[in-house]
Amino acid sequence: METTLFYIFATVTVLATMLAICARHPVHAIIHLVTSFFALAVIFYLLAAPLVAMFEVLIYAGAVMVLFMFVIMMLSLGGGDSDKRPGPRLWLPAGFLAGTVLASLLSLATMAPSPQTANVITAREFSQTLFGRYGIAVEIISLQLLFAVVGALYLGRPRQRGTAAGSGEEAP
Amino acid sequence: MIVPLAHVLLLAMLLFCLGLVCVLVWRRSVIMLLIGIEVMLNAAMLVCVAGSARTGGADGQVAALMVMAVTSAEVSLALALVVYLHRRRKTVDVDAFRELQD
Repeated sequence: METTLFYIFATVTVLATMLAICARHPVHAIIHLVTSFFALAVIFYLLAAPLVAMFEVLIYAGAVMVLFMFVIMMLSLGGGDSDKRPGPRLWLPAGFLAGTVLASLLSLATMAPSPQTANVITAREFSQTLFGRYGIAVEIISLQLLFAVVGALYLGRPRQRGTAAGSGEEAP
Repeated sequence: MIVPLAHVLLLAMLLFCLGLVCVLVWRRSVIMLLIGIEVMLNAAMLVCVAGSARTGGADGQVAALMVMAVTSAEVSLALALVVYLHRRRKTVDVDAFRELQD
């Protein structure tokens, strides 16, 4: 059962990634990529890593993709807006992917836990390994995040000669 | 493990190649290029988690978490760079940024 679910979600991941890299519109690419990351999170869950699956949804689908979306909208790279309803060319892949994910998740939620899932890595074990054996790595990563914040602040500062100082985007 | 390790590695390989294609094809937009890098890093995380599921320890999952943290740092910096370049040149075409000094 879980083996079948793995293959279903692997197919969904690959299909959604293909749709993402073929999308003409960056916003469509982001949406397809979020689908791909959700399916990948379920694969992580099936591979006995529920914590990593949660982080995948929280950080990747939640934070990183929204950051992408924010930048796309801030720079208005999305081309012209059309207020028409999306045609079947857009509905078909989205509906197919969503339907497959929904059906698989329902079967995953309702099935009885198999003995193979007994050896999942719990949050306690994970955090003992993370902060015990890899404490130095946590420190280095936090230092790197600090550097990234400083670099992003430096790059995003208003230009000296710019007219719209303080605002994130200047009107042309 | 619920599936053979080779199948998980095959999936990771496929994802990595898709990300690589995205990076190589989309030179018209820096955003799509960064998306390709995201896909490749996800494939690397999948390999880490698969190794962790194979050995039964939490080490691979810790590595996956580290990859995630590195990715979020990289993305924030890269998107700040994209905003900066767009302000400067009004484009996100990779080929437009050829000079070190403008």
